[in-house]
Amino acid sequence: MKDDIIICRCEDVTWGEIRQALEKGYTTLDEIKRVTRAGMGRCQGKACQKIILGEIAKFSHKKIEEVSISTFRPPTKPVKLGTLAGDDDD
Amino acid sequence: MMIKRADIVIIGGGIIGCSIAYNLAKKGCKNVVLFEKNSLASGATGRCGAGIRQQFGTKMNCILARESIKIFENLSQELDYDIELNQGGYLILAYTEKEVNQFKKNVALQQSLDIDVRFITVKEAKKVVPPLNTEDILAATFCPTDGHANPFKTNFAYAEAAQRLGVKIYTFTEVNEIETEDNRIVAVYTDKGKILTPTVINAAGGYSEVIGKMVGVDLPVYSQRHQILITEPVDPLFKPMLMSFSRNFYCQQTPHGSIIMGFGDPNEPKGDNIGTSWQFAREMAQKMTTVVPLLKEVSMVRQWAGLYNVSPDAQPILGEHPQVGGFYMAIGFSGHGFMLAPVASKLIAELILEGKTSLPIDKLDIGRFERGELILEPSVV
Repeated sequence: MKDDIIICRCEDVTWGEIRQALEKGYTTLDEIKRVTRAGMGRCQGKACQKIILGEIAKFSHKKIEEVSISTFRPPTKPVKLGTLAGDDDD
Repeated sequence: MMIKRADIVIIGGGIIGCSIAYNLAKKGCKNVVLFEKNSLASGATGRCGAGIRQQFGTKMNCILARESIKIFENLSQELDYDIELNQGGYLILAYTEKEVNQFKKNVALQQSLDIDVRFITVKEAKKVVPPLNTEDILAATFCPTDGHANPFKTNFAYAEAAQRLGVKIYTFTEVNEIETEDNRIVAVYTDKGKILTPTVINAAGGYSEVIGKMVGVDLPVYSQRHQILITEPVDPLFKPMLMSFSRNFYCQQTPHGSIIMGFGDPNEPKGDNIGTSWQFAREMAQKMTTVVPLLKEVSMVRQWAGLYNVSPDAQPILGEHPQVGGFYMAIGFSGHGFMLAPVASKLIAELILEGKTSLPIDKLDIGRFERGELILEPSVV
């Protein structure tokens, strides 16, 4: 994979950045997320998490099911603060 | 394989533990080991609001914060890692007469300590934050050198710099037991093995009470969940951190464009629950869409929670425990650990290696609670 390929489209994180984090020793999804912001954008990792998990598994010589995933954090989809505040139903 | 012996063992891989590790190594201490039960920045540091302020209500917190900002200002260079420091100021809003009076006192104290802060009118506050809804606001205080940094990056920056200086960091390694002999530390037991050491630094944040129990002491701190949420990135709306103690919120747009906000629930029980609630998200949204109405159109993408480690006077506890030789504490930061870490870690390293500190911290010892010498910090969210 080329370094300039974008893995996390929400936060514009490239494979090069993720590769460097792996090589520095950040080999869990949580660590990679914190170092690079991959998975922190609007889609919350729905697009990139699987790719990164696969790369972590390859890098650490583990099976993909042995790599721990990040905590799921609400909400499932972005919600406008105005909607949350109750503007719609008050 | 884990090493068998260390001069100093640090428990906790958050900003406090990693910055202490760095400062010890920088001062020439060769054999420092840090244990973190999860990954670095997995606790309170990686969950915090990321703000850095000097506008406190006690002299001690003001001085610590002022010195911390000075270190933050050169930290990216010192640690060779961009920590994304952004000094957009803190705008603290007064909604009650009581706050107006308290803020006048705070500003006088802060100015006497050479902190660049002003008591400003509502009109001036509106100039600083144009989208601000000024309804019910009586006045504000503004310190332009307060701000924000990236807590993950600051944490990793300290950790990597410490490792370059020889510190050994073991992540996913949990401390289970601490052995003492004649009231002195002799060894630490982890799930990966035993290590001999005369010195332990408790930098376990929300779990520091548990570490205290391992040496048989009850530490006067407790943990409490604080929730927080973040929005999608949007165009720059306002620069400073917006904060209110009486309305109970803080809210800041990060350089990345996302807006981070939180408040402290007065009914939150003590404990180590770090789950999240929709009630928080709703109340938070209600608060902030009132203060900055155009936030109604901005979407929340994520919410989470972390633990404050609260001390009885909301000031940190720094120093050696009087009953356990070699047991040092850097705990009880009460929600201000990230912003105070650069200075607190430097002072702890000085205390351990040189026996004296460049700023007086003897009043932050654990004995102050028994002596009844509490100076309560009034400015906490």
